[in-house]
Amino acid sequence: MSRNSIAFWLGAIIFLAVTLTMTQLVRNEYPFFAGYVILQFVVLSVAWTILGGYAGYVNFGTNAFFGAGVYTAVFLAQAYEAPLGVQIAVAAVVGSLLGLGVGLMTLRMRGIFFSIATIALAIIVETTVTNWRFVGGAAGIQLQRPPVMAPFDSYVKMLFFVQALLVVASVAITRGIQNSWIGRGLHALRDDELAAECTGVPTLRLKLVACVISGALIAAGGAPAAMYLQYADPGSAFNLTTSVSVLAMALIGGTSHWIGPVIGAILLGTTQQLLAVTISSEINVLVLGIMLVLFVVGAPKGIIGLVRRSKPHGERA
Amino acid sequence: MPEPLLRVESLTKSFGGFVALDNISIDIRKGERFGLIGPNGSGKTTLVNCISGALRPSRGTVSLGGEDLTSLPPNVRARRGIARSFQIPRPFRSMTVLENLMVALDFAAGRGVLESAAHRRDAAMSILTRIGLAPKAGSLATALTQVDLRKMELARALAMGPKLLISDEAMAGLSHSEVDEVLDLLMSLGGEDIAIIMIEHIMQAVMRFSERVMCLDAGKIIAIGAPAEVMANARVQEAYLGV
Repeated sequence: MSRNSIAFWLGAIIFLAVTLTMTQLVRNEYPFFAGYVILQFVVLSVAWTILGGYAGYVNFGTNAFFGAGVYTAVFLAQAYEAPLGVQIAVAAVVGSLLGLGVGLMTLRMRGIFFSIATIALAIIVETTVTNWRFVGGAAGIQLQRPPVMAPFDSYVKMLFFVQALLVVASVAITRGIQNSWIGRGLHALRDDELAAECTGVPTLRLKLVACVISGALIAAGGAPAAMYLQYADPGSAFNLTTSVSVLAMALIGGTSHWIGPVIGAILLGTTQQLLAVTISSEINVLVLGIMLVLFVVGAPKGIIGLVRRSKPHGERA
Repeated sequence: MPEPLLRVESLTKSFGGFVALDNISIDIRKGERFGLIGPNGSGKTTLVNCISGALRPSRGTVSLGGEDLTSLPPNVRARRGIARSFQIPRPFRSMTVLENLMVALDFAAGRGVLESAAHRRDAAMSILTRIGLAPKAGSLATALTQVDLRKMELARALAMGPKLLISDEAMAGLSHSEVDEVLDLLMSLGGEDIAIIMIEHIMQAVMRFSERVMCLDAGKIIAIGAPAEVMANARVQEAYLGV
């Protein structure tokens, strides 16, 4: 293992230890309730970056994958009373299959055409779920949480830690891609798809791989949301604001390195949580929009672009 | 004549009603230096695109070493040994010069050959040294001058370990001494059994470089043979030189 990898895994272990200790020591549930959402957005925007950042294929259908994860969990809970771990694992499988299907249908399109196709996909998936009675249809569905498992004393705290595990998993996978030949191939095709093809990069296959992994992680990140809210309805599970938030977080953080979406999600996610408490949850979208405009104009490569400006070829870790 | 390296058979490409290439057949042998000339719009780049796979021909076949490549995508052809540079350089802009070569080594050259990343890095550096770009290995591709960009495209193509290299006007816009530099480099590759198709407008370079020259006009072959013969051909002079 390189020195970078050792530092990374050490950081991951410390992060998990701290989150676990917090769930044992902090009594108040609210920090976990808010923290869960922030961690969830870290998972989503890191996963989004694999396709949207590395490959440059801007996916507006994050909500389709997210909602697919939510409803996979709902279905498994309703039909089999499946435990949380199974819900997440199956959601990942469903997300990857959805990614494969979407990829096969849309990845031959480029630029804005691909983005529009992903929006269409989200609408199709949402319509399907809206008409599926077993999971509540348009009216939504109430869910019963099973008893919480030791060592946790509340379900929200447990979900918070589960989401922390998903953060580590998704960051590790994304980092692995970035540092491997897959990442190099994705960067190459983002820069110039024809030149990449002619240099031997199997562009369609790599885009499919990116779409499958990204879809699996987004769906996995969405799965615990069903139990978190104890309620699911198509309108909120497939909310387009999820897509826009994830995209904004990734772009504001910067998409050339996995740390970008992590920073973006923590920054914007925390801001949103603070605003939701102090002003109203409606103001979120406005703040999101303003920040996105400011960054697109002032720092098109995001926060990591600003940091890197002083040292143009920083190490890729 | 032994089995040719590249065989193009009755290749036709039309865009709607416009026939860009009309029934082209050529054989290129291993290590051959082949010059491709013709006026603008005569179909040179279309032919290159059909060979490298960027375009699918309307009719006809392309095969390399006896294997039919006609229905294969460019990335597979690249791994089979067809490398090209572009008329307008197409570097990977977010990457350094070294990383540009690493793409070729990671994907086209076959990871089996150069197992570790460190080996591939060494291979990339030795190609850069040979081409005279080693001092720029760490620079971003966007920071290169025109001549360096052209050299980098050739280096990237070489990193693929090709059997056939197609150089599409690699010397356009270069000064006299730079043309000689790139030409010497291309000449030295023939000695390594890499066949080269060179598209060029600089006649001097074509004459010095080529063992055979082919002239296209309006999608048809109007002459093929030894450079001097082709240049003496009345139709070539009429079509190409406007004499």
